[in-house]
Amino acid sequence: MKKLDFEKPIVELYDKISQLKELSKEGGMSLEDDIAKIEKRAELLKKDIYSQLSPLQVMQISRHPNRPDTLSLCQLIFDHFMELHGDRAFKDDPAIVGGIATLKKHRVMVIGHQKGHDTKENIYRNFGMPNPEGYRKALRLMKMAEKFSIPIVTFIDTPGAFPGIEAEERGQAEAIARNLREMTGLTVPVVSFVIGEGGSGGALGIGVSNKLYMLEYGVYSVISPEGCASILFRDAKESERAAKSLKITAKDIVDLGIADGIVKEPVGGAHYSWQDTADAIKKVIQKDLNAYKKTTDSELFVEERYQKFRQMGIFSE
Amino acid sequence: MSILDWFSQKDKSSVVTEKLNIPGNLWIKCTKCAEVLFLKDLDLNHKVCPNCQFHFRITPEERLKYIFDFDSFQEMDAHLKPIDFLKFEDTEKYVDRIKKAQAKTQKNDAVVTGTARLKKQDVNVGIMDFAFLGGSMGSVVGEKISRLIELGVENKNPVIIFTSSGGARMQEGIMSLMQMAKTSAALHKLAKVNVPYISVLCDPTTGGTSASFAMLGDVNLAEPGALVSFAGPRVIEQTIRQKLPDGFQRSEFLLSHGMVDRVVQRKDMRETLSRIVAILSPVACEL
Repeated sequence: MKKLDFEKPIVELYDKISQLKELSKEGGMSLEDDIAKIEKRAELLKKDIYSQLSPLQVMQISRHPNRPDTLSLCQLIFDHFMELHGDRAFKDDPAIVGGIATLKKHRVMVIGHQKGHDTKENIYRNFGMPNPEGYRKALRLMKMAEKFSIPIVTFIDTPGAFPGIEAEERGQAEAIARNLREMTGLTVPVVSFVIGEGGSGGALGIGVSNKLYMLEYGVYSVISPEGCASILFRDAKESERAAKSLKITAKDIVDLGIADGIVKEPVGGAHYSWQDTADAIKKVIQKDLNAYKKTTDSELFVEERYQKFRQMGIFSE
Repeated sequence: MSILDWFSQKDKSSVVTEKLNIPGNLWIKCTKCAEVLFLKDLDLNHKVCPNCQFHFRITPEERLKYIFDFDSFQEMDAHLKPIDFLKFEDTEKYVDRIKKAQAKTQKNDAVVTGTARLKKQDVNVGIMDFAFLGGSMGSVVGEKISRLIELGVENKNPVIIFTSSGGARMQEGIMSLMQMAKTSAALHKLAKVNVPYISVLCDPTTGGTSASFAMLGDVNLAEPGALVSFAGPRVIEQTIRQKLPDGFQRSEFLLSHGMVDRVVQRKDMRETLSRIVAILSPVACEL
């Protein structure tokens, strides 16, 4: 598994531990006590390092190639998941996936950005950067969910909507804008999770929800720190500073009142245990869907969502 | 010295400064065709080059003067002011950027909203000001646009918004992104009560503004030659590593790709808007 720069001390320590273990086996020496001590220290070091990551380091975790993707999470969370394809107008966008699922007694419509884990997959998934047809597929599925009174769960994980010639020709801006407007009016509850990268309008395009949760090492930003650095600081190397200024971590997003809660990840990040991550998300989905099931007036979902976004903004009057 | 050197020297000498240095600023050079224009003539022509029809960027005040009934505009929410709640600092502090922009434009933020009359028809109007931090949308812009649209829900008069904006305001971080959802949500309410919304795309309209209220008009109009896009041309060039074709992401390109209803010359805007309003508006009007 790919190790991140700041994980090097941990990796080195664990290498030493396994070396010592070999040595104790081969040489017949008893190093058990020492090994146990070092292992304890390694655990502490791990907790220490992961508890004081800089925003840019958190971002690296959110972009980790082995981070669980939407389709894998669907398999781990739901009892049954069936993918549905296509926007009925142009094509099927592999960068946004969706489908119907069940979770215990609940029916669910799941929609999410889809990244790959290696180069080949990522090229097919366009690195999780949707084209307009992706947003239109998402909207088609949401409208279907509304028609059959199925709650919607969305998983956000994209660097942003794709900036390409064809995307512009087919109306990337219009596709996202329409989703923002139409999601507002959905008469079913929408619960969203930022499972990795929440990249600007491309993320928000499936993120107008009643409840929004950040995974612990997820990030949500109006622009990537790299993009912000090159525009405002006129130097792409300033992304560390930009990341700090933009306030993109899960805690920041909750503090600003944008997200409703944080879903804990395994130590080191979701990529260390997909199952644990999925279980944590599943718990939240169940809790919310159970609560929403008691609501009989579907207009309340619309009103709750409207009021939530209506009060977002900080200014003086 | 080779002949090529001579050419390159010649090139250098032919570079002319942007503004001609004539006392009183009576003259201006057209950005597009380089024709030297008498400022008063340009004003009379609604800031459109008589030679090449290039549409200069204009202030909200000029737009009100050119399009709406004389003195009919009543501004609202002018007192809303931005706050630097992230303590954002890049090459310059956000607070300082705000102060400079306020001094330059004499406005508190990048949009002017209110009510006006258009050939005697009551309308709700919003006009963005690109001169204020690139017309970027932060909390104040999002709030004023949302209130304007909600006023439309209440008084049932059509809503007309002229956009000119680089997108979301980075200095307000995630909060500026949320303004996209907020304004679009308000438009959902407006659509539900069947009140018309007309979006007029002016140069430039990109990013978070185009990907929210700017593209959601019942009728989308655009001024000629305006840059209207989701991703800016530079970003796309960097992504695909290719030069973009001429006219890409300009109004006429959007028209041919089905994203806007009409490209309208500035001199025809009043007539076009009032006709659309008269026909779409639930309030019966004299045609």
